[in-house]
Amino acid sequence: MLDKQGIAKRIAKEIKDGYYVNLGIGIPTLVANYIPDTMDVVLQSENGLLGMGPFPFEGEEDPDTINAGKQTITMLPGSAIFDSAMSFGMIRAKKVNLTILGAMEVSENGDIANWKIPGKMVKGMGGAMDLVASAENIIVAMQQVNKAGESKLLPQCSLPLTGVHCVKKIVTELGVFDVLPEGGFRLMERAPGVSVEEIKQATAGKLIVEGDVPEIMV
Amino acid sequence: MNKVVSGADEAIRDITDGMTLMLGGFGLCGLPENCIAALVKKGVKHLTCISNNAGVDDFGIGLMLKQRQVKKMISSYVGENAEFERQLLSGELEVELIPQGTLATRCMAAGYGMPAIFTPAGIGTEVAEGKEVRNFNGKDYLMEMAFDADFAIVKAWKGDTMGNLVYRSTARNFNPVMAMAGKITIAEVEELVQPGELDPDHIHTPGIYVHRIFKGVDYEKRIEHVTVRNKQ
Repeated sequence: MLDKQGIAKRIAKEIKDGYYVNLGIGIPTLVANYIPDTMDVVLQSENGLLGMGPFPFEGEEDPDTINAGKQTITMLPGSAIFDSAMSFGMIRAKKVNLTILGAMEVSENGDIANWKIPGKMVKGMGGAMDLVASAENIIVAMQQVNKAGESKLLPQCSLPLTGVHCVKKIVTELGVFDVLPEGGFRLMERAPGVSVEEIKQATAGKLIVEGDVPEIMV
Repeated sequence: MNKVVSGADEAIRDITDGMTLMLGGFGLCGLPENCIAALVKKGVKHLTCISNNAGVDDFGIGLMLKQRQVKKMISSYVGENAEFERQLLSGELEVELIPQGTLATRCMAAGYGMPAIFTPAGIGTEVAEGKEVRNFNGKDYLMEMAFDADFAIVKAWKGDTMGNLVYRSTARNFNPVMAMAGKITIAEVEELVQPGELDPDHIHTPGIYVHRIFKGVDYEKRIEHVTVRNKQ
């Protein structure tokens, strides 16, 4: 089974040299730690920054320089600042190559729910609806089962949707899944020590297993 | 062309009950702190506030929520405010949650004189309910209307007496698009300078969009999440 760092590490392997990448809050933020130094990758923060750097050293925090998670960050040589309209302009115009975000539920046709639990949690969608509606390459980082042991890979989402037919790939503590255009979660890789049977038990939606499924190399 | 007012109290003097206000900022970053304090002091009520977030319990728009001055909030993310959540769940506060890019672009449309925009954000979700959908090149888009706000209140780093503004770092965020979008725009700045002191090539908001400007005082610039790394 993968821990959060393991999920982040595996997702980092999807990033290619020259990519502009938007990382959501939670596990996606950790992906930044595993991008090889040899790669030229620019991180976009939707509050208006390209070229997000690491956290500042203690005492060097700048209240004017934060990321979309409202954490203090730094800029890098070559960073650029812009307003919120332009930020979502570049997202809508598909200039951002890869979007990585968290989810509460994903359906077998690629729908995603991650912004609201009616009657319980009302935080809002932030930029997630804009990102999933426009990005061509969306990877979801999530736990496959909730605390009650229920699968979050479903035939249909039960929570209010964030976007439809948009998720292409999912990385969980149990495995890597491609969401097929015709519907279904195709198991691509298993987490170390996890059997196909265990993954079947944890997948409520349509699971497609073809041939031997290799273990994740991280 | 002198737009300078003495301070926040004078800048907001004719904001009255029931008006619609835009407030710049992202989280607690780039907030018009002086004007928010003046609005709390003045006690105007039944306001509709358009702002990306609703502050935290004791800072930003959270201060206005505490005094029950807000009738309706239009935001994209409100997760950091317990009082907000309480008023929302009890039905005291009306809330319209909209995608962040839609929020920004509806401001932009107002400032560019366009009645509406088309965006794919929210297609197939409850955000699309009751809205016109148009198909362009095989993809569905929602029609979203430009905002109509009585006042836009923004925070900039520097401004001159003609209302030209320059922002600093990610405190820019929603401020430039909101500055363009108000019937009356108020800008509070950290440094107020004379015409000619700002390089025309470096101005983010041209003064034509700004009606009132003043030098703010006592900025707290609270940080929501301090995150640091070790020197090693």
